[in-house]
Amino acid sequence: MSDAKQYCSFFVDRLFFGVEVREVQEVIRYQEMTRVPQAASEVAGLINLRGQIVTAIDLRRRLGLGDIPAGKLPLNVVIRTDDAAVSLLVDEIGDVLQVEEEAFERPPETLTGAARDVIQGVYKLKDRLLLILDTAKTVNVSIPAAA
Amino acid sequence: MDQIDEVTKEFLLESYENLDQLDRDFVSLESDPTARDKITTIFRTIHTIKGTCGCLGFRKLESITHVGENLLSRLRDGELQIDTEITTGLLRLVDAIREILGSIESTHTEGDKDYSAFRERLVRLNERPSIVAPSETVSASAVHPVDPPVAVAAALPLEPAYEPPHDDASPTARAPDRRELNRDEACYDGPERRANPESVAGNAIRVDVGLLDKVMNLVGELVLARNQVLQFTATQKDASFLRTSQRLNLITTELQEGVMKTRMQPIGNLWNKFPRIVRDVANNCHKKVRIEMEGRDTELDKTILEAIKDPLTHVIRNSVDHGIEAPEARQKRGKPEEGLIAMRAFHEGGQVNIEVTDDGKGIDPEIIKRKAVEKGLLSPDQAARMGEREAINLIFLPGFSTAEKVTNVSGRGVGMDVVRTNVEKIGGTVDVQSRVHEGTTLRIKIPLTLAIIPALVVTSGGERFAIPQVSLLELVRLDDRGAGIELINGTPLYRLRGNLLPLAYLNRELKIEKLGTSEAGTKESANIVVLRGGDRQFGLVVDHINDTEEIVVKPLGKQLKGITVFAGATIMGDGKVALILDVLGLAQKANVISNSSEGGLHSAAENARGDAADQQTLLLFQLKGDQRMAIPLSVVARLEEFPRKSLENAGGRAVVQYRGQIMPIIHLAAALGDGRAKAGARGLKKGQGKSETIQVVVYTHENQNVGLRVERILDIVQQRLNVQTAACRPGILGTAIIKERVTELLDVQAVVRNAMQPAKPLAA
Repeated sequence: MSDAKQYCSFFVDRLFFGVEVREVQEVIRYQEMTRVPQAASEVAGLINLRGQIVTAIDLRRRLGLGDIPAGKLPLNVVIRTDDAAVSLLVDEIGDVLQVEEEAFERPPETLTGAARDVIQGVYKLKDRLLLILDTAKTVNVSIPAAA
Repeated sequence: MDQIDEVTKEFLLESYENLDQLDRDFVSLESDPTARDKITTIFRTIHTIKGTCGCLGFRKLESITHVGENLLSRLRDGELQIDTEITTGLLRLVDAIREILGSIESTHTEGDKDYSAFRERLVRLNERPSIVAPSETVSASAVHPVDPPVAVAAALPLEPAYEPPHDDASPTARAPDRRELNRDEACYDGPERRANPESVAGNAIRVDVGLLDKVMNLVGELVLARNQVLQFTATQKDASFLRTSQRLNLITTELQEGVMKTRMQPIGNLWNKFPRIVRDVANNCHKKVRIEMEGRDTELDKTILEAIKDPLTHVIRNSVDHGIEAPEARQKRGKPEEGLIAMRAFHEGGQVNIEVTDDGKGIDPEIIKRKAVEKGLLSPDQAARMGEREAINLIFLPGFSTAEKVTNVSGRGVGMDVVRTNVEKIGGTVDVQSRVHEGTTLRIKIPLTLAIIPALVVTSGGERFAIPQVSLLELVRLDDRGAGIELINGTPLYRLRGNLLPLAYLNRELKIEKLGTSEAGTKESANIVVLRGGDRQFGLVVDHINDTEEIVVKPLGKQLKGITVFAGATIMGDGKVALILDVLGLAQKANVISNSSEGGLHSAAENARGDAADQQTLLLFQLKGDQRMAIPLSVVARLEEFPRKSLENAGGRAVVQYRGQIMPIIHLAAALGDGRAKAGARGLKKGQGKSETIQVVVYTHENQNVGLRVERILDIVQQRLNVQTAACRPGILGTAIIKERVTELLDVQAVVRNAMQPAKPLAA
């Protein structure tokens, strides 16, 4: 089926997101991180992924949501980008979903803020909405102007 | 088709390589038009390209190379004399070929550019009358009839023309058997040629750089894993495990060195294009310039080679355009009409030095100062106080150009600052020295490799950071916190041997809060890491100095690229990630050095005392009693302190285990040896030498570390060396007065060479 795509789904603060499976390199549990001073607040730190240094982006911050509740550790969804692998920190990991193209819709115009930037579209699933992340835009975190 | 097929890729690679060689051949041909063998080589290259591209169906390329080939064959046979016009035409041809090759590489087609006009030009050049009588070219007549049908059947019929008329001992012994091969396989002209061993090429294979990078990365991982194992080893007692890990350590080090070597390329590869550039620029500004090169086979990591390509090119252009005077001006000064640019490359102290010297008009510090004041880069007052050397180094300021007029080539005010930035980016330094009317020397020092570097690991605000050791000058520990640190209007300074050293606090610069409870005030000691950023020094205050470690530099993701204070990241022995500080970026952020000349003018005073060009940094040490000695700091790899009991004996020679290697220790007093000194050495053991440690100056000799055991390390001084008396005993270069004391200058090389010989020491 050419018009059915597979998405790796995950939760960030009760929102249900999906990233196309092809883009996902792997999903790993929480890793210890090295903070990067001076970096944008969305950058959670650097992790050592089997000798590869991967930048971790805090999706909650990227989307302008509140921080993860204390005591809960995020998971890493490592995605491939043109540049290098980047990890997205998410609250919980969901299933791999196969969805039909007909269920797709552009993000509603009323969607605003950071989310508007990074959400490519929405799949209307039976019981909930699957928000599709534009990974290229998601990992495009700029450096704050020199302090 | 999306991918370039293998044959085309081969063809591109080989052609590019050959073209680089061509540039050089053409230029040398112009200066010596009689060099037949050069024309023959050029001819052969063009011919190879033509043959192959004919087979691959690149018609456009084939047609222009064909014309070029005709022209060359007449040159080779002596029917035409090479002159500037022809050389230019042929160089254009090389450019055109490059263009088309580039287009093939990127778009897989020859591109839309029309070369017919250019082709016409070559044809016209070719139509010039012969300069020699036909009778003279007996052998040439045999060659001639070949020309016309060439395009029809690619390379094949051309073979007779292929052999030089006078096959004088044939520097290319492959010529005859090539013919055999080409009969049936004209298309594989290129590859076949390489398969026939031409000098050393037979033992070499072509490896994709990407693959090498991968291997290099893996070795980097291995180094990290090794470090982890070694850390773990420290807590283990099991003998066989210790042995194994020791072995792992050694093998890894060797492997790392080996792989590093595969990435090394002679600098000559880069220099090959400079004669052409010099020629073009010189022609453009009507000058006569010759280029000389020394140390072409000095090897550098490929990435570094890439990184210095542009800066060096710029420097060369600059030298021709600004440095060398017009021929008339040179004559007036009594210099030869032809200017000289000499390039030299050599290894020194784990770094590569590249020097570009011209014998041009030099840089007048007064003019520089005036310009700098005019441009508002400097106040008149500052200019007046400024030393000559510092003034000359002003050319590295952004927006500075002394060119009276802006030319095609240079003088736009961007340039030398870019050169410096680029060189510093790869951890190098640039320095310029000049004498008015005599010439200018630009010296670039760069590290051998970037991939794995020694670094100092420090802790600040609970985080670890790595500082590349190239920027490290010294470490200062203040026992009583803040005792030596003074404030001027809130700016911290430290008095280091009489000079004011601006300070920056790493945790403040990075805005990292301290972990835990320990507040700044409760700390009883402070550590200052003295660093060199640009040509200034500054001190970085950190919480802890951990250790030095070989680290593998990894780039930061694009989300972090814009942060100027970090040069990359690395993985430490414990598997965690640490950031690598970019010393220059950090210094700029902390404003301890600035791009304007405001910052740290104190070094001007220092320089003013003597022409710093003659100054040397010397390491002062003591042998026994009062005997003082000095060696240039540049030959010193490290200073180490070993516990006396770590001295072991191997083959009658004192050794210590050092960084996984066995390092011989030369007892300097004994090696310099009159019997008195020997006795002194022994006396030292029972007499005054009660200290638990021995002081060792580590010197690298033919890739091996050698320790020079001295009694005491005294100081590091920078001063003009004035050798007073010549050597009076072997191993000593002479005597000089340093710090108001008579000091002997040690001939390290001689001493080490002698001591390392299996024979008796040199006094025997």
